[in-house]
Formats: sequence, C-alpha cells, structure tokens
Amino acid sequence: MVGSPFKEGIVGERLSPGEYALNFSDLHPPLDHHEALVEADRCYFCYDAPCMQACPTSIDIPLFIRQIATGNPVGSAKTIFDQNILGGMCARVCPTETLCEEACVREAAEGKPVQIGRLQRYSTDIAMAQNRQFYERVAPTGKRIAVIGAGPAGLAAAHRLARYGHDVTVFEARPKAGGLNEYGIAAYKTTDDFAQAEVDYVTAIGGITLEYGRALGRDVHLADLTATYDAVFLGMGLAGVNALRAEGEDAAGVENAVDFIAELRQAEDLAALPIGRRVVVIGGGMTAIDAAVQSKLLGAEEVTICYRRGKEHMNASEYEQELATSKGVTIRHWLQPKRVVAQFGKVAGIELEYTAMQDGRLARTGETFVISCDQIFKAIGQTFVPVAQNGSAPAIALEGGRIQADAEGRTSMPKVWAGGDCILGGDDLTVSAVAQGRDAAESIHRALASNGRA
Amino acid sequence: MADIRNNFVGIKSPNPFWLASAPPTDKAYNVVRAFKAGWGGVVWKTLGEEGPPIVNVNGPRYGAIWGADRRLLGLNNIELITDRDLQTNLREIKQVKRDWPDRAIVVSIMVPCEEESWKAILPLVEETGADGIELNFGCPHGMSERGMGSAVGQVPEYIEMVTRWCKQYTRMPVIVKLTPNITDIRYPARAANRGGTDAVSLINTVSSITSVNLDTFSPEPSIDGKGSHGGYCGPAVKPIALNMVAEIARDPETRGLPISGIGGVTTWRDAAEFLALGAGNVQVCTAAMTYGFKIVQEMIEGLKNWMDEKGHADLDSFVGRATPNVTDWQYLNLNYVAKARINQDLCIKCGRCHIVCEDTSHQAITSLVDGVRHFEVIEEECVGCNLCVNVCPVEGCIAMEPLAAGVIDKRTQQPVSPVYANWTTHPNNPMAPKVAAE
Repeated sequence: MVGSPFKEGIVGERLSPGEYALNFSDLHPPLDHHEALVEADRCYFCYDAPCMQACPTSIDIPLFIRQIATGNPVGSAKTIFDQNILGGMCARVCPTETLCEEACVREAAEGKPVQIGRLQRYSTDIAMAQNRQFYERVAPTGKRIAVIGAGPAGLAAAHRLARYGHDVTVFEARPKAGGLNEYGIAAYKTTDDFAQAEVDYVTAIGGITLEYGRALGRDVHLADLTATYDAVFLGMGLAGVNALRAEGEDAAGVENAVDFIAELRQAEDLAALPIGRRVVVIGGGMTAIDAAVQSKLLGAEEVTICYRRGKEHMNASEYEQELATSKGVTIRHWLQPKRVVAQFGKVAGIELEYTAMQDGRLARTGETFVISCDQIFKAIGQTFVPVAQNGSAPAIALEGGRIQADAEGRTSMPKVWAGGDCILGGDDLTVSAVAQGRDAAESIHRALASNGRA
Repeated sequence: MADIRNNFVGIKSPNPFWLASAPPTDKAYNVVRAFKAGWGGVVWKTLGEEGPPIVNVNGPRYGAIWGADRRLLGLNNIELITDRDLQTNLREIKQVKRDWPDRAIVVSIMVPCEEESWKAILPLVEETGADGIELNFGCPHGMSERGMGSAVGQVPEYIEMVTRWCKQYTRMPVIVKLTPNITDIRYPARAANRGGTDAVSLINTVSSITSVNLDTFSPEPSIDGKGSHGGYCGPAVKPIALNMVAEIARDPETRGLPISGIGGVTTWRDAAEFLALGAGNVQVCTAAMTYGFKIVQEMIEGLKNWMDEKGHADLDSFVGRATPNVTDWQYLNLNYVAKARINQDLCIKCGRCHIVCEDTSHQAITSLVDGVRHFEVIEEECVGCNLCVNVCPVEGCIAMEPLAAGVIDKRTQQPVSPVYANWTTHPNNPMAPKVAAE
C-alpha cells in the first residue's frame, strides 16, 4: 500500500526514497582525520582514568586516544580490541553518555566530555578497513567448546577461546550471527551492515565454527553438549517479551517492539515496511526509544511513548530521550495501558490509566483516557525463557528469572558458563555482554588449563 | 586610561609593539598593513649590501612544533635576509616613513664585517628618514656561513668593532641585535655597550632542527631530502629570551642599557613580562606570522587594561620592576617553605598531579582517600616543588601556599624560620664562613 504520513492504517511507502535514506543514515557520522585529532587532543591522559573505570570492558581509553593523537590509529585499535573485540560495535551503540563519557573529567570540568565513542569508532574503523588482525591462535589445544548464541557475549567468548587455541562451535538459532547487534539496535546506529562485517572480523581469527539455525532445546541439547564438549558457554540472550497485561492486546496492530526492530534491521527495502500513522510505544527503555524513533523515521505522523513511571525512572538515557523528542516523538509519563481499543479486530486506540506513587508503590489512579492509534509496540522488557536450558535434568539454577552465574560466569552446572543478557546481573548492554563473554572465556581457559577438563 | 606611548632611545611610537625584522616587514605592502592594524613600529627586514640579490631556497622555509589542537608553539626558518633589491627597499622605506610619520621604522642591516661595507650602506639608510638601525648579528643560518649574522654575534670583539663603525658613520640610533646561540649573553651585550651602542635587542632565533621526516629521514623543513638547521622562535623560546633580557638588565656592566625584548611575545602579558624584566619595548614576529597583524589589538588593549587595573600610568611605571627580583640561586631564601594545596571545588579528578608526583617526584599526593578517588597533598612529603601546579589542567586549582613563620613544616617537623637565610651562609656549604668554635 502506498502511503503518506497522513494515510490511516499500517502502510508502507510513507516517505520518498530520499527521505528513508536520510532518516536511516549514520546517527553519528564517523570523525574524519582532522576531527579525530582535534578531539583526541582534548584528552587529559588521566591517571587511573575515570572513563576507563566506567567502561564495563575496561578499555584503556587514555592510551587509545593518545595513540590517535600521535598518529597511530592502528595501535589504538589494538588497545581497544585487547579488552573488547567488539569495540567497533560498542563505539556505535554504547550509551557512552552514561558510561565513559559521563565519567570523563571534562564532563566535570566543562560539561563537554571527550567524544570517546566516536574516537573509538575512528580507530577501530581504520583497523577493520585494513583488516588488521592483531591476534594469532596459539597451537591448537584439542579442546572443544560449545557456545550458544552468536551475540556479543558469545562472539567475545568464542574469540578469546579461539585465541587460546581451543576449537569453538557457535550454535546460533537465527540465520545470521551478531545477536542484537544484527537483530536489535536502531538501524541508524549501525549502518552499512556493520554487524556482519564485525562478525567476519572477529571470526577471522580461525578456530570458530558457526552453525546457524540451531537453537538450544530444539536442535541442540545441553545434556548432549556437556557430554561431547569440554565446556559450554551460554549466551543466548532473552527470548521472551513481557505482555502488556491490558485487555484486548491480541488485536491486530499490537506488536513486540523487538520484532519490529529486527524486521527493520533485516529489511531490504525500508519503504516496504508498513508502519502506523499513529504509533504508541509502551515502555521506558532503550527498546522503546529505538522502536519509537524508527517509527517516526519510517514516516509515522504521530509517535507517543507511554511510560508508567516518571522521566527520572526511565532506563533510556537522557541522551536517548532527547534524541527521541528531537525526532518528534512525544514521551508521556505516569501512564499504564489499561485496554487496547479495537475496531474490526484492529487497533484503533489505547486506553491508558494514570499512575502515581502511593506509599512507595506504583498505583493506578483510576483516571483514564484514550490515545487513538493504529499500531502499538510493546517494549516493557524481555524475559529469559528457561525451558530450553532445563529440558534435561539436572536443571541450571536460576535467580531473578535469569541464569545464576558467579563473577567468572560459572553456572551451577559443571562445565557450563553463561554471560550476557541471560544471566542475572546483566545490564542489557552490548558492552557488558562482551565483558562477560570475555571473562567467562578466561575462566573456561583457566579451568581447562588447570585440570585438563572443565 | 594608561598611556602606552613608547620612547625607545629617542624613537617614538604610539605603543611598545614593534614587528621584528622578519618576513612580515620585508616590503611596504606588509608594513603598511601592519601600521593600519595598529603596530607601533617595525624593524624592516634586514638589508644587505648592493649587488646580486640574495637567493632563498625554493622549497619550505619553515618548520614547526605544535601543542594540543595544533597550536603553534615553535617556528623555525631557513629564510635569509631580504632577497629584494636594496634600492627598492630603500625607496619603500622612505615612502612608508613619509606616509606614517608617527610610527617607528628601524632598518635592520647585515653587511660583511668590513668597515667600507658599513660605511657605504649607512648613509643610504639614513637618507630614507628611518628612525634607527638594528645590526643583525643574530641569524644563525645561511648568512653566518658567509661571515655575517651570528658569526659576528658570537665574537664579542667583532660586535664591538662593527658597533663602533656604525656609531661613527651615522647619527641614527644603533640597536645591536644579539644571538642567543652563545654560552653567556652578557659578553656580546657588554661588547655592544663598549662599542657605544644605543641599545640591544634580543633574542634572535635559536639554532634548531624542528623534526625529522620518518619516511625520508630528512630533517624538516626538507629541501630535496636534506635539511639545514634553522632559527627557532615563537612561544617556545620566550623563557630563554626572558632570562637573557634579565641577565643583561641586571649585569653591572650593562645595567641601564636599553633593551628591545624579542622572543615568543604572543600576548600583552608576554610583552608586560619583558618590560617588567627591563625591556623598553618588544618586537613580535611569530605571533603575527601565526595569526596575522590583528593580534596587536589584543596586545594594546590588554596591556592598557592591566596597567589601568594596577595603576601604572605609563610604561616607565613598570619597566624594570621585576629586574631587582632576579637573583642568583645562592641568594634565594632557603627558609621559605611552600606547600601545594589542591582546591577540591575546582579539582576535576584527572589525577595527573598524583601520578607525576608518585612516579617522578615525592609521593606527596593521594589518589584514594577512604576508598574514594581523591587528590590531596600529603604535607609530610610535599617539598613544594610546584610540578603538580604545572601539570594540572585547571588554572588555579592547585596553588603553592607559603607557610607563615613559626608554623611547623610537617615534612621537617621544624617551625618555619622568620629569618632570611641563603646558601652562602648555609652550614652545608663548604664555602660558607665558619662560625668560630667556642
């Protein structure tokens, strides 16, 4: 169906081809050589730098920036990759404003941190464009390790294990590797098929076999893996999506934000992607923002995020909230879905109820109103689906609905490690998943080296 | 409003900011632009004797070093004296002086070290109506190999001799420009003084290689794969120049000899510092070659503003005020004790003070206090060296605070003495007069 921003219903082609291209171009264009040098010169080379402490992967930020400033971007990239082999993607998607850049002393000094993320992208782009591989596998150990999920945690684990000479098989349920780097995350943060380029870069070290379309619990089973491999790393993320718990949510037009984002990321032609004229997104995290902004960029006339608590409670960073509002998204607070208003089985609106804090608890106030809309995205959190792991006894211990893992990623089950969003304590950040995958790999390697078996 | 009119050895200019003899003063076009921008005077780029024109290289003449954000800190050049015809220069000097009578025009001269050469050129320059001459005994490259420039400036006897010739053959005030490429600046200054000079100007450029091209292994600036040492100038040389100015200003033999201060003057503040150390005015080159002539506006207004704030009615009110405070190390008060103090409200917690103190100095700054990132001076260890102040990126965040007499210095556990005492009388000094044993 050919549309315009004002056409009713969920239709494609709301914009001209040029508008799609512009809307989904790089959110932060790469720094050119001059810009990178100017920005690198701003770094103070702090002692025990706060930015470095704020980085979940502990990248030596002052060092890599100094290497840019001294004309050594390739060495700079190695400094980054030493700690974070997915440094290229993290440079694009990290909420730096709440991590390294928030900690930057220039933020304290003048409210204008060094643009660490963009500098990181500068050097990693240069090294990857030259396909500079910094690591060589040591002699094969003959140890075999199964990794479940080719997302950030799985890839980081696989790379580190491969470096140590172990043979890694990665089982990925989807047809492509990358996890949320490929199927999540707003398209304008990772353009030009970067996620796949990064997968190629990471796996180029060798010793990593990727098996696609192989889901845990369906195609492979934990009991078999633990029997046939020396160790298993679980990094399968979160497969479930929380329900609205609102009346009528099965109406056509109520969709999972993560599915919408995945579909958008895989779309060959954005114009073919249908989007509502009026879109409501329920949630307050990054997924809500990504879904809302991209709805707007696809040509929706009106996009409203409704979050059940206040602005200060939103998981999405201040920067992301501002990004959304700058793109024309309206963010409303203290609103909870009550009922999906449907006509002829299709969404026609959503009835929302005001909430308030009462005695320290979130409570409904009884006051309601309806926003008319033709599409609703659920972005109220994802959940871990434990069925696949515990199809066979003994079960892996869970905690808070996710896999219990210690600081090294060891689960309750011998030979099984886990990391990324599927473990308790994951903060749903790419960079944290990378850190956990890497650290679990180190733990696995230590275990294999010390007793020959995990 | 402060009066910044300048009278330097009888040469008057509306302000003490002259352009030094260099590319910016090579021809009327540039000099007129400079005067329009507000410069008080110029020293016209060095004239040589009549004859075939000077040739310059046809590749890069300049090399540089930079600070953060590619701020030019030091510039080096291998350009020679004017490569324009003598008569053309003289004609233009005459015309510009006629058109700009209130501005100072001093002509820089460099001719072979023979009496006849100087005798020949001086009347030609005098005829232009120029206010004075500056003898270029400074250029460290190109001309020095031909027995001129710093080849003269490095031999005090030659300086004295040529100065004397000039005083003999012209009524114009003579300024001798000194090279810093010597071991003790006082010797050439004394020689110029003995020769009867009216003033000295310093410093000329410092012999230097700015960098090496790591692809071609040629020094920069590179001419067909080779490089030659050039003359270094700009902000980087200011400390060298300040010291040399002070040395001459406080030398008993040259005390009172007018000095035109040169070397890295970039702001009004730099100029005020030169004047405070005894310079009668300043000459500027690199700052203009970095930013253009407009910078003089900041210099003029900044200097006036500071003078007004401090109550200096005219330049003479503060010229030389810092000179008496320059002394030899042995006379510094060893009983003066200062400690670094970090202003926690201004601290941005970069930690550089800590790491430089920890790695390279006295382990006198904390990094953690009660498990929290916190930078504080440990007075028991602090020797007051000032390194932390110098590396702190926030101006005014770390200050050196003197301890009052009687206060216990936590490092030595001794009270600070109220008495001035220096090395000459220090018990550890074997040369100190011994107190007679009882």
